[in-house]
Amino acid sequence: MSSNIVTAIYIAASVLFILSLGGLSNQESAKRAVWFGIVGMALAVFATIFGPQVTSYEWLIPMIAVGAVIGAVVAHRVEMTGMPQLVAALHSFVGLAAVFIGINSELSPPTGLVGAEIIIHEVEIFLGVFIGAVTTTGSVIAFGKLSGVIDGKPLALPARNLLNLIAVGACIWLGFMFMSHAGIWTLYLMTAIAFIFGAHLVLAIGGADMPVVVSMLNSYSGWAAAATGFLLGNDLLIVTGALVGASGAILSYIMCRAMNRNFLSVILGGWGTTTGAQQEVDGEMIATDVASVAADMQDAQSVIIVPGYGMAVAQAQGAVSEITRRLRDQGKSVRFAIHPVAGRLPGHMNVLLAEAKVPYDIVLEMDEINADFPNTDMVIILGANDIVNPAAQDDPNSPIAGMPVLEVWKARQVIISKRGQGRGYSGIENPLFFKDNSRMLYGDAKASLDQLLGNITT
Amino acid sequence: MMIGSPKEVAEGEKRVAMTPDSALQLQKLGFDCVIESGAGADAGFTDAAYEKANVTVVKTAAALWKAADVVAKVRGVDAKEKKHLRAGQTVISFFWPAQNPDLMETFKAANTNAIAMDMVPRISRAQKMDALSSMANIAGYRAVIESGNQFGRFFTGQITAAGKVPPAKVLVIGAGVAGLAAIGTATSLGAIVRAFDVRPEVAEQIESMGAEFLMLEFDEDGGGEGGYAKPASPEFIEKEMALFREQAPQIDIVITTALIPGRPAPKLWPAEMVSLMKPGSVVVDLAAEQGGNCDLTVRDEVIKTDNGVTVVGYTDFPSRMAAQSSTLYATNIRHMMDDLTPEKDGQININMDDDVIRGATVVHKGAVTFPPPAPKVQAIGKADSAPKPVELTAEEKKAQELAAQRKAGRQQVGLLIIGGLFMLLIGNYAPASFMQHLIVFALACFVGFQVIWNVSHALHTPLMAVTNAISGIIILGALLQIGSSNQIVMILASISVLIATINIVGGFMVTRRMLAMFQKS
Repeated sequence: MSSNIVTAIYIAASVLFILSLGGLSNQESAKRAVWFGIVGMALAVFATIFGPQVTSYEWLIPMIAVGAVIGAVVAHRVEMTGMPQLVAALHSFVGLAAVFIGINSELSPPTGLVGAEIIIHEVEIFLGVFIGAVTTTGSVIAFGKLSGVIDGKPLALPARNLLNLIAVGACIWLGFMFMSHAGIWTLYLMTAIAFIFGAHLVLAIGGADMPVVVSMLNSYSGWAAAATGFLLGNDLLIVTGALVGASGAILSYIMCRAMNRNFLSVILGGWGTTTGAQQEVDGEMIATDVASVAADMQDAQSVIIVPGYGMAVAQAQGAVSEITRRLRDQGKSVRFAIHPVAGRLPGHMNVLLAEAKVPYDIVLEMDEINADFPNTDMVIILGANDIVNPAAQDDPNSPIAGMPVLEVWKARQVIISKRGQGRGYSGIENPLFFKDNSRMLYGDAKASLDQLLGNITT
Repeated sequence: MMIGSPKEVAEGEKRVAMTPDSALQLQKLGFDCVIESGAGADAGFTDAAYEKANVTVVKTAAALWKAADVVAKVRGVDAKEKKHLRAGQTVISFFWPAQNPDLMETFKAANTNAIAMDMVPRISRAQKMDALSSMANIAGYRAVIESGNQFGRFFTGQITAAGKVPPAKVLVIGAGVAGLAAIGTATSLGAIVRAFDVRPEVAEQIESMGAEFLMLEFDEDGGGEGGYAKPASPEFIEKEMALFREQAPQIDIVITTALIPGRPAPKLWPAEMVSLMKPGSVVVDLAAEQGGNCDLTVRDEVIKTDNGVTVVGYTDFPSRMAAQSSTLYATNIRHMMDDLTPEKDGQININMDDDVIRGATVVHKGAVTFPPPAPKVQAIGKADSAPKPVELTAEEKKAQELAAQRKAGRQQVGLLIIGGLFMLLIGNYAPASFMQHLIVFALACFVGFQVIWNVSHALHTPLMAVTNAISGIIILGALLQIGSSNQIVMILASISVLIATINIVGGFMVTRRMLAMFQKS
């Protein structure tokens, strides 16, 4: 295969990748679009393997075979609630590959570079390895936090911002040393510092900010691939890396906007400081029981269910789906309202509900459904807290003031399924729980819903 | 302990303080329930229904008063019942202690505890036992129904083959619980509803019920303590009357609900207004018990004025819907018992440190404890006195939008210039091959941003999985290096191929799995 044909195939692959991402604009075209991606990837890999630059196959074939088997097994086994962990783990692989390829490129440099080309090549190596290393350890820590191996609480080292600054400064200094040919040890040392920097960055971020972190790492893994493309002079890598990088950046932006926080404050950890006292909440949380919720549900004509991370933790999506089915069979309108940051991954709730066979056309975004709450008889909140907190609108001194929230309190009745009287991730009191039309249904979401199922006739 | 309800002795009273449903709930608190035979008959609850709910049915009132340690009633305690009172007993009912000091003395003398449902403080914690509100809600509903009974036309406007029917115009004065219930009922029947209240802060509630708030341009806040209105100044009343005078000829049905605690009802709809109304119009006066808001109201009667306006002066609206009002009242009583028996052991504990119980208890251990001290919690948060943000006119809004757009435009141009200069700087030094890659990179970024913005929110997780898979494209780099003669390079490249393959295969497969799950209904 001549290198021109390889390039032609690369062009085809880039187009297929773009089509693949573009197809995700709706559920039906997405099923087709993923094949574009698969075909594009297959073309690219085969063209490279049988292209002029690859000559030895004795290691390549077994490695691909083993990797394919591992990938298939993992993809087959993973629970939908475990998606955030899987995504984080896969990011770390891309990061690690970028580090290795960068180091390799320094160990066996391409020939025939002159003048500025050498400098640029070295900058590319250095940058590629740095981004790759940060992505690797960042993703490993994110994986640990998401799977519960590492405590989800943010790690607050004293002067952590200073530590980060020192790390970045040291890396820049090492970069200059590297370019003045101080030796390959500068590259290794920088890699080590970048590993620590990436780990520390994610350790300092709390569990509920994980959607932003995972999107950010997604973005980094793309930029790492793009940087690798530059250093190898491979346009397909550059295009693909840029697509992935852009995707992650947009997701991070959407997540940050949904929390009304800027990217930097999420990444540097901690909530924004507020001035003035928060509004006092008076009143009482009124508890209710399954039987009366079931009775109210029979009377309600329109129901909106608001799932949060609690639903994923309790694995309650199956019971939710069954309740939805029964209520819909009775001719009631049942819909789901999804806040952009519900769960631990962008779009996490949609996937869980899809897994439980909830039809996607009744699963709506915040902007689509917020205006409908005043005409709704009953809202059921499953393990969500900050995303339904009216203080975000009412209390300018609240740490989440200005965050867009689901206006559930405007409905006739709100049922909140919650494990106990505790506060949400942000540690803010939620005045919703004290409203007159709110009823608390304490207990594990799945247990409550299973009991509720028993009380709803088919 | 035994809790029981006698048959109401007041003339025409059909309600009962305990229903079979509430009895079941009371038993969960550890009480035994007893009821006088026939107590629920007028409200539609038979003795058999009570027995089915494990309530003991006794033949006479005397037997009931003897058996019950706690007596729940609707209407006070009258002369006949007084002789049944015994020491240590607790009676829960409407008592109106301010108007009935003698009754308080009777309880004191009998050493009987008295808990007045009408004295439950109006704070959010006590809403579940606020019987005044639940009765007012029924009264508001019933007022509309009674007015419809007297009114000779439809509420809703219709265009029929036989001609056009205009919708009824209803004016509700006083937007308390009863007023709001009346607004809700009248709007759902299809009438055009206007409402007036001296407290400007209720405007939002009125509008939320679907009525038009009649605004009075006057700088006086009519809100008093505990969410009730206070008497208005003469100037204010004059303005108010002018407003009503303007409305009266148009209005078909007037429902007045204005009450000021501890005073006779204000005369808001004087004879003059009635005379301005069209023949066939109806006035329903919910304040008839306190003397009425309308001059012409006759207590407990329906009269027709000379100009053909009907004035309804019933005082027993809740009793006219005995089944509904008994159910709600019994639930209020049950909630009160809930608070009185914190241990759920069937023993009541009149805890005078509890704001709600303290407020409602009017006679305790042989002492009159009325009036209670002011509650610690303010009833309803004072309306914000801060000035509301000034509404912008259309032109101002336009100007603001224009300014924002100009600013965005300037920012964009600025960024483009800076970016362009940066590119020039790079182009000046970098070799040609790098610049070509840079073009590809910049274009790919833009394509990426455009494409990703169109991705549906619901598919963000599949998006991450698929971008994960295609970022496995980094395998190309490793493939190119794997044939290296350098041992370390070869090993690192092999590992890279392995993990990148995991990424590609795992990412695509899990995406397909997820997408297959999305089903349309």
